Amino acid sequence: MTNNFSLLIPEFLVTGLAFLILSLDLFISEKRKNHLVWVGVIGLFGILIITLLIFSNGILYQGLLVFDDYTNLFRIFFLIAGIIVLISSNEFVKSNIKYQGEFYGILIFTILAAMLLASSSELLTAYISLELLSFGLYVLVSFDRYNLKSNESGVKYVLLGAFSSALILYGISNIYGVLGTTRFDEISLMLVSINDLNPFLILGFIFLFAGLAFKLSAVPFHMWAPDVYEGSPLPITAWLSVGSKVATIALVLRLFCESLLEIGNEWQLIIIVLSVATMLIGNLGALVQTNIKRLLAFSSVGHMGYILMGISALISINEDGSISTGMTTLVLNGIIFYVIAYAITNFAAFTSVIAVYNHTAKDSISDFAGLSKRAPFLSLVLVCSMFSLAGLPVFAGFTSKFYLFNAVASQDLLWLVGIGIVTSLISLYYYLMIARQMYIEEGIDLSSINISLSIKLVLGVLLVGMIVGGIFPSPLMDLIELASEALIS
Amino acid sequence: MIDLFNETSLLALIILPLLGVVLLMLIPSAYKDVVRYSALSISTIVSLIALLVYLSFDHSIQGYQFLYTYSWLDIPGVWGEGSGAISLDLGIDGIAALMVLLTGIVMFTGTIVSWSIKEDLKDFFILYFLLLSGVFGVFVSLDMFFFFFFYELSVLPMYLLIGKWGSSSKFPTFARSKEYSAMKLTLVLVAGSVLIWVAIIAIFIQANLGTFNILAIEKVISENLSSDFQKIAFPLLLIGFGILAGLWPFHTWSPDGHVSAPTAVSMVHAGVLMKLGAFGIIRIGMLLLPEGAQFWMPLLIVLGAVNVIYGAISAMGQTDLKYVIGYSSVSHMGYVLMGIATLHYLGLTGAVLQMFSHGVMTALFFAVVGMIYERTHTRDSLVLQGLAKKMTVTTILFGIAGLTSLGLPGLSGFVAELLIFMGIFQSYGFGGIILGAFAVLGAAITAIYILRLIAKSFFGPISTQWEDLTDSNLRERFAAGILVLTILLIGLWPYPFVEVIKHGVDPILSGILGAI
Repeated sequence: MTNNFSLLIPEFLVTGLAFLILSLDLFISEKRKNHLVWVGVIGLFGILIITLLIFSNGILYQGLLVFDDYTNLFRIFFLIAGIIVLISSNEFVKSNIKYQGEFYGILIFTILAAMLLASSSELLTAYISLELLSFGLYVLVSFDRYNLKSNESGVKYVLLGAFSSALILYGISNIYGVLGTTRFDEISLMLVSINDLNPFLILGFIFLFAGLAFKLSAVPFHMWAPDVYEGSPLPITAWLSVGSKVATIALVLRLFCESLLEIGNEWQLIIIVLSVATMLIGNLGALVQTNIKRLLAFSSVGHMGYILMGISALISINEDGSISTGMTTLVLNGIIFYVIAYAITNFAAFTSVIAVYNHTAKDSISDFAGLSKRAPFLSLVLVCSMFSLAGLPVFAGFTSKFYLFNAVASQDLLWLVGIGIVTSLISLYYYLMIARQMYIEEGIDLSSINISLSIKLVLGVLLVGMIVGGIFPSPLMDLIELASEALIS
Repeated sequence: MIDLFNETSLLALIILPLLGVVLLMLIPSAYKDVVRYSALSISTIVSLIALLVYLSFDHSIQGYQFLYTYSWLDIPGVWGEGSGAISLDLGIDGIAALMVLLTGIVMFTGTIVSWSIKEDLKDFFILYFLLLSGVFGVFVSLDMFFFFFFYELSVLPMYLLIGKWGSSSKFPTFARSKEYSAMKLTLVLVAGSVLIWVAIIAIFIQANLGTFNILAIEKVISENLSSDFQKIAFPLLLIGFGILAGLWPFHTWSPDGHVSAPTAVSMVHAGVLMKLGAFGIIRIGMLLLPEGAQFWMPLLIVLGAVNVIYGAISAMGQTDLKYVIGYSSVSHMGYVLMGIATLHYLGLTGAVLQMFSHGVMTALFFAVVGMIYERTHTRDSLVLQGLAKKMTVTTILFGIAGLTSLGLPGLSGFVAELLIFMGIFQSYGFGGIILGAFAVLGAAITAIYILRLIAKSFFGPISTQWEDLTDSNLRERFAAGILVLTILLIGLWPYPFVEVIKHGVDPILSGILGAI
């Protein structure tokens, strides 16, 4: 069987781009290294256009990698996300970080890993992509090497990350030992054909879930998130909270939809428990934070809880034992919509925080006092993203939350949705406290904050994205529906 | 032309304030006069459309009018294709028509009253229009998703509006900072919307149609919404919306919030936003869950009676002008809730008329208190004395609002309260007579605290510190004049308004009485 390698062109190009930046870094003078970021941005932009043009469906390596509408949606998503992270990290890197070439090169490798995760359809391929992502992030988290906190968070992340990777690998080997396959579609068939679940198989899945829950920072595997978020360079915090999370979710969705739906009753309760704990601990933990990075860390833990809630509602088994794909598609739509809305909103929040940090070098919440006077546009974007994260209209956060909660409730989980809505009420408090600092409190330092044109542009695009996602979601929903149909068919 | 107006006017009520928001964002904040006049023109246009909608509403034709539909989002699922599951369905019945008119009046007068805001005028108007877009949206939506969307939208700007432009109050024994009040108001209202959200999703699933359209769901009530379900879901809506309507014991956000808010926001909030709560109970609760309404209404009428008495007694103990009005709002919303709870034609009509009348009256109250506060920088009735000497017109305006509040015949409050009392007496037999007696007692207590307040603050010898006060200016009088005229119009000639309300009340009551 011949492989159609043209399917992998975007991935090849991204790899090439990363090596291009790394090798350019060797030759150009220190002063010009500031321009490396634009090589990355323009390169990713070109790859994005190529990806849109040559889009075709297919499989590679006998189905280890699958390229369908789902893969493509996430490929495009990660390319755009990569562009946003690169642009918003530009100024931060210039003033805070040495070795720019390595920084951008490794960052682009993690984009590649995220894209591969969305197309992996086999556990080992998925594991390798996940490791590529994690290794890149281990380096990036501790990249600010003369900063103690960055080192601390790097060590924490490496140790705990390696532990979770070991869990995943052990889980995979157990699954392989019992079922004799690591491919998602074959796992699904094997699970249907065997009648009783072998204890080693259960152990394998539990280890796999625990490892993935660690990557998603789901409670009780969330402890690393606040510390690592706080210590990392800010753009990496943004990338951790969006890129690595969404990549893992892309993998988890494919894994659950393609191989685990048939035995849904066995794992649903585990995910529900995880989701309730994650929603509660994430949102309650955020209430007492004074540092904006830690607050956003806990808030993103809380948001993972809502997504886990969606995953727990994926199964829908009719009374006669068959699977009702209609409702699963609905929930899957909800999850993907929520993930995209979360990503746009979180990027908006982090990009604003980065812009403030570039000017003030401070990141505690009280340092945002009087921001509306110092940087009106920045405060507007930040306050809108706070409202969107809290799930208030006109923003994408509201519409996606409504869609997801409605879908989950349609699967007879209204009580779970009730808990979700209550925790999102709790979250409103701490989001409003940030709005209060910016708009109501008087600041001490009143100098105005200059924002570069590129950051302004990114913020503007994200603001428009938040609002369009909230009031005119149907074009986006059409794409999402294609993606989820590709997964569920 | 008329067709075009019929199809798009309701949409315009929602969109134009939003366009106003965008327009204001584009104007540099240094150009204060440009900001003011643009805000005024947007307000004027929107209010005129609201007035035209009300005037061209034909109460002799059955059913919802000014219908507009835009298919917004599809929801796949077991219920078929799911195309247009969420659509922007707009339409009004008699009740909504009156509420649209109320919102128009308060919006316009609120804009005029806000003329003198000094700090960040532009941002104020941006949030103010956002708030009003949400309010209009709730009144005209016939789709539960958009009902909820606009409902939340009208809560969103409140935090910043109160927290930034509001005022803190200090009393000898305790202090209420504006930040505290703003946070309390926002969190309590969103807590209410938690219950509403759950109820809306539950109704959507139970109706099993794959649509949020209220009229479509109404058609399948008898098949899909079982009596047990209705009895479970209705209290969620009752408490959720009740919180916004100031239902005892969830009312405490309301006096604090109204006192801290800037004048125009108090006017909109007490005048219109609290009515959203009562409107929600009628529109979603009573229309879609008739048996649940039937089952729970005895509870509501008792809570409403507590509202009336408790609010009135609390108002009696206050010395701050705005707190008096805040608690009097709680008390008057009690009448609305009691009227709704009668499930009787007279009571429900009275409730809707009271919503309108109280909206206009409270707006007048807060506008006048705003005028006084702007000049004296205090709202303490122990300090204010003999203001009538210097602020004659203002005193008359306050007096009219006060007399409306205590139900003087000839003014709007009398007609509404009379209808509600008659409804209560007719509906619950012996219990109705007792509760009705409480309601009348509430009106008597209102008379005590209002007249005492007027006597204390406006009459008597003027204290020396107020010698230099100036009376209200033409702009303020114009705004207040509109409100006074409305009050007089309803008080003297209520029949046309009652006719319009009847258009909305009849189908709802026949749905409930038919379900028994």
